[in-house]
Amino acid sequence: MGAAWTIARKDLKQRLRDRSAYIIGIVAPLGLALVFGFVLNPLSGFEFEGRYAVADLDRGPVSRIFVENVLGGAEGIEVIEVDTVAEAEELVDTEVSPLGGTEGTETADAAIIFPAGFSADVQSERPVTIDVIGNQGSETEAGIAVAIVEGYASELTSVRIAVATVENLVGTEVDRLATGVEVLATPNPVTVRDDTASTKQLDGVTFYAAGMAIFFLFFTVQSGITGLLEERRTGTMSRLLSSPISRTSVLGGKMLSAFLVGLVSMLVLFVATTFAVDADWGPPLGVALLVLAAIVAAIGIVSIIAGFARSEEQATAFGSMVGMVLGFLGGTFFDVSQAGGLLASLRFLSPHGWFMQGLADLRSDDLAVVVVPVLAMLGFGLVTGAVGISRLRKGLRP
Amino acid sequence: MNVPPGGPVLECSGIGKSFGDHAVVTGLGFSVAPGETYGLLGPNGAGKTTTISMIAGLLEPDVGEIRLAGEPMSPDATHTKRLVGLVPQDLAIYPDLDATENLEFFGQLQGMKGAELERRVAEVLDIIELTDRADDRTEHYSGGMKRRLNIGVGLLHRPALLILDEPTVGVDPQSRNAILDSVERLGEEGMAVLYTTHYMEEAERLCDRIGIIDQGKLIAEGTQADLVRIVGQRDRLTLTATGSLAATAAALGELEAVDDAGVAGEEIVLIVDRAHEHLPQILEIAGRTGSMVKSVDVDSADLESVFLKLTGRALRE
Repeated sequence: MGAAWTIARKDLKQRLRDRSAYIIGIVAPLGLALVFGFVLNPLSGFEFEGRYAVADLDRGPVSRIFVENVLGGAEGIEVIEVDTVAEAEELVDTEVSPLGGTEGTETADAAIIFPAGFSADVQSERPVTIDVIGNQGSETEAGIAVAIVEGYASELTSVRIAVATVENLVGTEVDRLATGVEVLATPNPVTVRDDTASTKQLDGVTFYAAGMAIFFLFFTVQSGITGLLEERRTGTMSRLLSSPISRTSVLGGKMLSAFLVGLVSMLVLFVATTFAVDADWGPPLGVALLVLAAIVAAIGIVSIIAGFARSEEQATAFGSMVGMVLGFLGGTFFDVSQAGGLLASLRFLSPHGWFMQGLADLRSDDLAVVVVPVLAMLGFGLVTGAVGISRLRKGLRP
Repeated sequence: MNVPPGGPVLECSGIGKSFGDHAVVTGLGFSVAPGETYGLLGPNGAGKTTTISMIAGLLEPDVGEIRLAGEPMSPDATHTKRLVGLVPQDLAIYPDLDATENLEFFGQLQGMKGAELERRVAEVLDIIELTDRADDRTEHYSGGMKRRLNIGVGLLHRPALLILDEPTVGVDPQSRNAILDSVERLGEEGMAVLYTTHYMEEAERLCDRIGIIDQGKLIAEGTQADLVRIVGQRDRLTLTATGSLAATAAALGELEAVDDAGVAGEEIVLIVDRAHEHLPQILEIAGRTGSMVKSVDVDSADLESVFLKLTGRALRE
């Protein structure tokens, strides 16, 4: 172990003096993560903001629940209450400026109008109408207003059905308005957690931060392992092999330096993207397990390539090719899990795919979800590494 | 591990190595005593580097045995490797480390550490005259400085046997002289040195004994005087010429006074009995067989004459 550590330390010293190591290990993945994250995914930092004018001509309990609880309790929504329909219409009746802005000082994205007698009509099961008037320049916000109102209307229908069911069951009439209002004002006791695939997705910044980190990890590790072939080319291998150390120490030193360089690179990217661009990699312990397994996989795959390569140049060329293919297959540039079909399944042929899947699964905050991806990546690393190291050991010659 | 008193530092017995069907070294045997500088002299491709690779534990001999201080040497004999300091033909140093870092790294691999390592690194830097440039990265060194550091790494752990594989290849005359001076000093200090070269001048200057190797076989061994005696009182006559050198050499080889004739580049090398007496006849034959002679050198017999005598070829062929 002493000799292996000596060799690893020497390698690390050399890598620290090699500018290309910084570029491959840190600058390129970080730069590309930021470019992809912001350019290809501009809505990643989107937060909704809407201003809605409400003309509540009813002022009954059913309309007030909507204004105070539904709209009032929503994040990012500002409610402007007006007394008349005309005032509401005036707030949304703005002309779009040729330059893209709106004219007038105070505007609303949509106006919602509750007619007089709305609550009474709901109680007596008469048809009711809620008008939504959208601002011409605020299609998105207006659409969201329509969706909120439709949601409330659906809830009203549900309450009506529930109350009617109760009456049928008990055989007596109940105070429909009071009961309905009570139901509407009560927080929903059931929380539905959406665990479908769409919720297990990394946000844009995190996706590209992690994707570029694992993609470049293979190149970072590669330069460590192919250092064995470089030592042969430059003649220092004969000096290493004539030293009183085992061949295992020579190999071990190279593997150790590759591992440490990979680890430092991933750690720097994790910290930099977390603090600089708010990437959310997930629980640190789970991320650490995935990163360690990914480094083992990278070392194994790079070892088998270097083991079969005849020269340093060949190893670098093959390594780059394999790294690119595995990176694309594993969905480091675009989320192939969303593509479905064969492409989505093929990602599991790549450690990159398992790494990205592991990080996506970690959104559930359950550490157990990383077990399968970690084992899969270790499997990649150990199988390819066993063959690669055996070949490299045989090839240790001056 | 100490060298047993009176015993050789290195003993090779009948070692052989083949790569595929090609036998590179065959039945080679020689020994080196403590304090002795032994030269392996032979042309390029004679098997010198393969021989020292086996002695340094880089390659396993197919047959035969190598012992260092009585201990068998093989690629797995890590303990025995401490006895050897290898100076490879290639510059086996790291260009992005400075001289001190290079020496410290290889010293640590030899098991040296702490104050002992620090002291020895300073000593070696002094020996190889690089103390002033110790903290400069070696990529900024001249070729001669790199060669000196290459030798310094081999010396660092005070090996019982220092192996130098053609250490002056590609070196300017001044640096070459400095390297030869330092090898001479090592021999004087009692270190056994195994020196491979295809320059007979180096072998003549440095080596107590010389083994002449050709096509993987040791064809002669002894002191320079012993080896020259093989040729007898003959002269070495060198014709620098252009034209049909091979035809001329073949024709001259037929002369009774000519023992051997070979071609090396633009030179025809002859081993001739009383060269001055036969020179007119030799020049006449050269002209007749299509060679235009530009210069003639006559020397007394030397190692090159020995090689020509033994192999029928010039050493530099």
